[in-house]
Amino acid sequence: MPPAPPTHAGDGDALARRLREHDRSAAPQVLNLLESRAPSARPQADALLRGVSPAALGAEAPGHVVGVTGPPGGGKSTLLGQLVRAWRDAGRSVAVLAVDPSSRRTGGALLGDRARIPHDPRDDGVFIRSTAAAERLGGLAASTSAAAAALAAAFDVVVVETVGVGQSETDVAELADTVAVVVQPGSGDTLQFLKSGIMEIPDVLVVTKADLGDLALRARRDVAAALRSLGRRETAVVAVSSVPPVSGIDELVAALDERRAHSDVAARRVGARRATALAEFAAEHGERGVRALGGRRAAQRWLEEQDAAADVPALVAALEARAGSG
Amino acid sequence: MSHRLTERDKPWMMRTYAGHSTAAASNALYRSNLAKGQTGLSIAFDLPTQTGYDPDDELARGEVGKVGVPVAHAGDMAALLDGIPLDRMNTSMTINATAAWLLALYVVTAEAQGVAQAELSGTTQNDIIKEFLARGTYAFPPGPSMRLIADMIAYTVEEIPKWNPINICSYHLQEAGATPVQEIAYAMSNAIAVLDAARERVPADRMAAVFARISFFVNAGVRFVEEHAKLRAMATLWEELGRERYGVTDPKALRFRYGVQVNSLGLTEAQPENNVQRIVLEALAVTLGRNARARAIQLPAWNEALGLPRPWDQQWSLRIQQVLAYETDLLEYPDIFEGSKVMDALVAELLEGARAEMAVVAEHGGAVSGVDYMKAALVDSHRERIRRIEDGEQVVVGLNRFTESEASPLLEGADGGIMTVDPAAEAQQVEAVRAWRAARDPAAVDAALAELARVARSAGENIMPATIAAARAGVTTGEWARTLRDAFGEFRAPTGVGEAAAALDGSAELTALRDEVDRVSEALGRRVKILVGKPGLDGHSNGAEQIAVRARDVGMDVVYEGIRLTPDQIAASALHEGVHVVGLSILSGSHRELIPAVLDALRERGVDVPVVVGGIIPEADVEPLKAAGVAAVYTPKDFDITRIMQDIVRLVAERGGVSAAA
Repeated sequence: MPPAPPTHAGDGDALARRLREHDRSAAPQVLNLLESRAPSARPQADALLRGVSPAALGAEAPGHVVGVTGPPGGGKSTLLGQLVRAWRDAGRSVAVLAVDPSSRRTGGALLGDRARIPHDPRDDGVFIRSTAAAERLGGLAASTSAAAAALAAAFDVVVVETVGVGQSETDVAELADTVAVVVQPGSGDTLQFLKSGIMEIPDVLVVTKADLGDLALRARRDVAAALRSLGRRETAVVAVSSVPPVSGIDELVAALDERRAHSDVAARRVGARRATALAEFAAEHGERGVRALGGRRAAQRWLEEQDAAADVPALVAALEARAGSG
Repeated sequence: MSHRLTERDKPWMMRTYAGHSTAAASNALYRSNLAKGQTGLSIAFDLPTQTGYDPDDELARGEVGKVGVPVAHAGDMAALLDGIPLDRMNTSMTINATAAWLLALYVVTAEAQGVAQAELSGTTQNDIIKEFLARGTYAFPPGPSMRLIADMIAYTVEEIPKWNPINICSYHLQEAGATPVQEIAYAMSNAIAVLDAARERVPADRMAAVFARISFFVNAGVRFVEEHAKLRAMATLWEELGRERYGVTDPKALRFRYGVQVNSLGLTEAQPENNVQRIVLEALAVTLGRNARARAIQLPAWNEALGLPRPWDQQWSLRIQQVLAYETDLLEYPDIFEGSKVMDALVAELLEGARAEMAVVAEHGGAVSGVDYMKAALVDSHRERIRRIEDGEQVVVGLNRFTESEASPLLEGADGGIMTVDPAAEAQQVEAVRAWRAARDPAAVDAALAELARVARSAGENIMPATIAAARAGVTTGEWARTLRDAFGEFRAPTGVGEAAAALDGSAELTALRDEVDRVSEALGRRVKILVGKPGLDGHSNGAEQIAVRARDVGMDVVYEGIRLTPDQIAASALHEGVHVVGLSILSGSHRELIPAVLDALRERGVDVPVVVGGIIPEADVEPLKAAGVAAVYTPKDFDITRIMQDIVRLVAERGGVSAAA
């Protein structure tokens, strides 16, 4: 039986060019290609990522990659709806990558979050894509970090939304320029996670349901106190209400921008690409492969000496060459 | 006690759920129904009216006058009730999110007839929790919705004392798959939420009066013995609730009052004449025992699973009631189940189950905050019901057993045995509402809407006076609802599918299908992804939810956004999400307009994937839909969802150039 023809829409170079030219209508095909695991898609995906790498762009991609995470039921997607509206009102284009943690036990997943982000379907400044989480508990799909990196070349804001706390929260922190953790009043877990170090400390802590009044105020105080006790005064705490009367959204937008302006985005992204490359290498070649590199730490040190502008596929290829020659 | 009544009981109130096309056409239908011996009115509103949109709104496209009558303003209501004396009529309005508005239009219409509001009797359905759970015609978030209900209760108990401000509906729960225990428990939990909300709005000494005005709208399935026991159990729980939770002592106020529409879920498209027997048996469930007999009955028509019933079909259902009430000896006896060991034990069994389930809902914080829990439980029950039918465990004559059939002469007519609404009616209504807006006093309208907005945002003011004033000023349904949406916020209810448990095991057929999905996904490079969408205003999402859950269970990635989507929204989602196939569900009869609109929107965006359609689609519409580009059409006779899934996977494989399995 002949092999099935490739069904991804697959010219990586052309897609990269469209992204570089801020052609946002390329986004669906970019995602189709990056999500594809067909062997024939791999070289095209590599070409796409090469075409939007800092080396090709001459700088890091300009879009602001925002991670939005937090425990289930905290009102993340409703909040995201308000954020998208605020960004659009300010004339900024937005791509949302909504990662659903659904159980993959039967292979399938139910993805419903986009419904909670109201937007005009004719507005090409909004792109929303839902993805099921990876096989490991809560972790991001491998394609998500690649997609975030690629879309940051064409969209002003790229949001990666996922349900924490777990592997996904760590993954999000790795790939985003800024991370907002969303908690609702009365959810003590987040504080516990923060204090115990299970959760990385976010750039912005968002307390939702500010319409609950005293409860929300108290939650905000508790969170601020916990952060102080950890010596993290720079983490912004913002209270929002996503239901009428809506409040706090503009403050949240400003806090995210402010945090990004004060962080070394380039360093963060270089670190993210190196970490992703090592993770992909390990997923492909296993512990045996990592040992061939002299162990995980040695591999990290070696990656730190590589070109900062290198894209993930190039770094993976370099690791593979090194493991093969060693 | 004698085994005969000294005097034959008066029959229950007989109604027919009716309304279509325009107010004038529906008025003619009502008059002819009343002439045939119908004793009350039951108004079916179209979906734009039910969800608060004017006929010229984008979301109303294809839905105007379809499942009921459009009422966009006081002029429509006056035309609808023209020549029907409202002081002598008992009117049931199936209206929920916009109930306060339609009651206001009714009051204003009565006023014009010279009838004071205190003389009006009837019912507004007004049960919002079941809209979140099952029916989907909600407009506002849960909190403000409950406030509107409480406002109506507080208003009517003083100003329109013969009005039932709310019908607690268990009807739609059964349609959504509820077991008898779930139906009882969720309806009672819902009643508690409503009464608790009302308690905040009325003085303590008026609670007995409020309790006495709460009635129920129930369902009866074909297992009619157990269904009768269910009603007796509800009567027991209701009395208990009144005494214990609300301190009601007057036995008359404690009586469980209910109206009924018998089961539509069990009606089949296959051999539809069998539905007549089903309807008769279900009518027995709600009339046999005098102690739990319905106050008002409306029966569905034999052809409901095919499309909209014609006047003749509805007449047949009315005649069933009349034979039961006037020809049989049913109304000559006291309760025929008193002292029955079987009945008593059945009731006890249901009571035990219902009390346990009510406790679970209470643990979830009651019916309002427990909507997610109840919704997921219903989706699970419905899935179990479908599994039993697929496996032949639950016999449905003519569908999964005894399927051999002669051709039905009932379907031979030129109309295919159903009513079709003239598509020109929608255009007329669009023109009419624009003319209405142009003819009124804009200053009066603006002032009325400003006052409405102020009251809506206030903490404790009753919404009814400002709503009645707006009706008088000529405000439209869409304007009233828009004002409240602005004040309260938009809302999307939980879909229940995310929480529905995964079916991990299953038949060999299911396992083989999972393997096929994996194989096709591997060949495509990405997991097979399907978009399940409900275009239009139709909120009956049970079918779409079952498709979404099963698609997930066979290994697909499923994008399901719930109800009320425009063709543009569906097409944009299909493009953004990179789906391999689109499944659309419509039960409101608007498929002829909306499906081609979705196909156009997909084409415009260059999305070339197979589109399949499910719902109540008359046979005559199947070919035109296919000619327009639909890959497959599924109707209620396609009850085997696994087969539908096999089809869908095959379509995806073909379109993706994946060769057939070796």
